[in-house]
Amino acid sequence: MYASLWRVLPGPFFVRLLIVLALAAAIVAALFLWVFPWALPLVTPLDSTVHE
Amino acid sequence: MVLEDTRRTRRDAKSPRRVSIIGILGEVLITVGVIVLLFLVWQTWINNIVVSNSQRDDALEQSQEWNKGEAVKLAPDERADPGVPVVSEAPAEAEVFGTLIVPRFGADYTRPIAESVSLERVLNTRGVGHYTGTQMPGEVGNFAVAAHRTGWGDPFIDINKLQLGDSVYVETEAGWYRYVFRSLEYVSAAGIGVLDPVPQFDGAIASDRLMTLTSCNPLYSVSERLIAYAVFDTWYPRSEGAPSEIAALAQNSEGAG
Repeated sequence: MYASLWRVLPGPFFVRLLIVLALAAAIVAALFLWVFPWALPLVTPLDSTVHE
Repeated sequence: MVLEDTRRTRRDAKSPRRVSIIGILGEVLITVGVIVLLFLVWQTWINNIVVSNSQRDDALEQSQEWNKGEAVKLAPDERADPGVPVVSEAPAEAEVFGTLIVPRFGADYTRPIAESVSLERVLNTRGVGHYTGTQMPGEVGNFAVAAHRTGWGDPFIDINKLQLGDSVYVETEAGWYRYVFRSLEYVSAAGIGVLDPVPQFDGAIASDRLMTLTSCNPLYSVSERLIAYAVFDTWYPRSEGAPSEIAALAQNSEGAG
């Protein structure tokens, strides 16, 4: 999966490395900004109230 | 996928290279693991700091609004009896009607208090929530609030560090109400007796002004509730100035926002 991604990328080693790092940064940013805030209430429904 | 396949076919023609199902599965699992780790890092540190700062800014902005841009005076240490505290009317659901200021939680600790303990509308978004149906600040009976201790800015993370005599201030448009921390109690999630006008005495007629703070216990768990009780001491009408103990915070709010 990742090996084929690497092969698909154009350019010499450092250009590919740069593209991979940029892609990873974009994915992490998307996770932090949209995916995780959405997922937070679903995975940790912590309740701090007392109720019946 | 199409692109990948053609690529592989071309590649395979030159040097035989297999992409096994197991290999792909392994990479997917590693990726999922990394995402879970990232989520934990984000939840425990990054998001908590972001949310906690934004809650503080909201509270400062709210205080500033009540001050109408005027400089905050400080009440003198020796002052006349301010009389019976003003009790505000019950606010609308999810409306921010107060701020909670606890010097023990940090010199710059202030959090908005909104009506109801709805997770979506108050506790996960505003900060501190007021149990609807319990009394208002300064009212005879029990002013009960809840907040998270893990995640969402964890407003009550240090609730177990309160010490006898610590000030717990509630600021509303009318002024500052000073409660004094008295004790902690551990109950189950069904321990609604802590919300009674006289906590744990169902039906008793209240004569004291109390405050109850509820949060979860232990940290990172919901198996119990940690309750902090505070007793009303005095109040500071807005016109007469803020208590000197929170001078830095009260006066900071005029320049914030």
